[in-house]
Amino acid sequence: MEFIGLINYWIVIVLMMTGFYIVISHDNLIKKIVGLNIFQVSVFVFYITMAKVKGGTAPILADGITTYSNPLPHVLILTAIVVGVATTALGLALVVRIRDAYGTIEDDEIEKQEGES
Amino acid sequence: MGFMAVIGFAVARLRNLFAVVMLTGIFSLTAAVLYVILDAVDVAFTEAAVGAGISTVLMLGTLALTTSEEKTETTGGSPWALVLVVVTGCVLIYGTLDMPPFGDPTAAIHQHVAPYYLEKSGQEIGVANVVTSVLASYRGYDTLGEVFVIFTAAIGVLLIIGRPQFGRRRSHRMAVGELRDSMRTNVILRVVSKLLIPFILLFALYVQWHGDFGPGGGFQAGVIFASGFILYALIFDIDTARSLIPARVTRLFLALGVLLYAGVGVASMVLGGNFLDYSVLAADPVGGQHVGILLVEFGVGLTVAAAMIAIFFTFARQEH
Repeated sequence: MEFIGLINYWIVIVLMMTGFYIVISHDNLIKKIVGLNIFQVSVFVFYITMAKVKGGTAPILADGITTYSNPLPHVLILTAIVVGVATTALGLALVVRIRDAYGTIEDDEIEKQEGES
Repeated sequence: MGFMAVIGFAVARLRNLFAVVMLTGIFSLTAAVLYVILDAVDVAFTEAAVGAGISTVLMLGTLALTTSEEKTETTGGSPWALVLVVVTGCVLIYGTLDMPPFGDPTAAIHQHVAPYYLEKSGQEIGVANVVTSVLASYRGYDTLGEVFVIFTAAIGVLLIIGRPQFGRRRSHRMAVGELRDSMRTNVILRVVSKLLIPFILLFALYVQWHGDFGPGGGFQAGVIFASGFILYALIFDIDTARSLIPARVTRLFLALGVLLYAGVGVASMVLGGNFLDYSVLAADPVGGQHVGILLVEFGVGLTVAAAMIAIFFTFARQEH
């Protein structure tokens, strides 16, 4: 029973490691950004999981309800999601620019070109 | 959650970037469902609008500008990467053994400021949605910071690929243009989107102003509003959409939203309170909080919507 309570965290870690693996093992820059996104979502899920209180409801005040989930992580993650998409867009813009300069978005090919010049 | 893990693995294995992007959209939707189950309705709202909507469109835009196939020969996949990941994962799982079990009301996270917010915000702020009152009032500084990050990111995108002389590729433009032609001539798409867009914009406004009472607020509203315009630009014509909201206007609103937010803070200072202390904005503190939150959320909505539209058009114009 004790371990069932932790299974959410474990899946978060599996997701996080999947994202991490994509970032370090792939050369394609877009794939790297997707990996970062998965990593990011896993952190979001981690926070939201911590915020959950058993028997609680969404933190919108209403009569007759006494247990609410913790609103603070919700606030942090809500803003983090929008900031996340803005920074992802910045990353994608850099990828487009890199493609324009090098003609490729594969990390190793870019490094090869750098070595030649 | 197991579903999310499966999608994660699929993303790691697939080489077709188009499929990867689509999967990340599904991934985001699954995450949104999960957030609803975990009571985080505001977060779910944002994730559904951002993850499944805007970021997928941006990713596709990038694919159209670059390439949609990952190089097939496997250079990566070095065993060391896998070993590193597995070892880190094991260490983290070892760390979770000290975590409080899921849903435990006595966990440390629920003991500090959260009970205060839940008990007092009803009287102090007078806003039913605790997430909104924490977001805009108790933690107004943080949110101001986040809005500045979005602002900076949008400016960064505009600076990196927004210059007019940039964008001289021809070969990739063709495929995108054909795709758009087929979309433009599709009657069903045109009619349905024409019917839907006013409701999307109306819904965005509702979400904007209803954020005090139910799930919603500036961040979600901004994204939904932007997605209405992006839908229009995708199905009809980017130039028509652009002429509807010229670049000048989006840039103006981008700055105006941040300015409104910070301006409310300065105004509360001028009226004798602390920075972003809205209680002084009206005769009674609760009314002041209401005014402050409404204005601040509007500022957030303006900046987010303008940032998303600006970023999208910057990506889209590359193909022209």
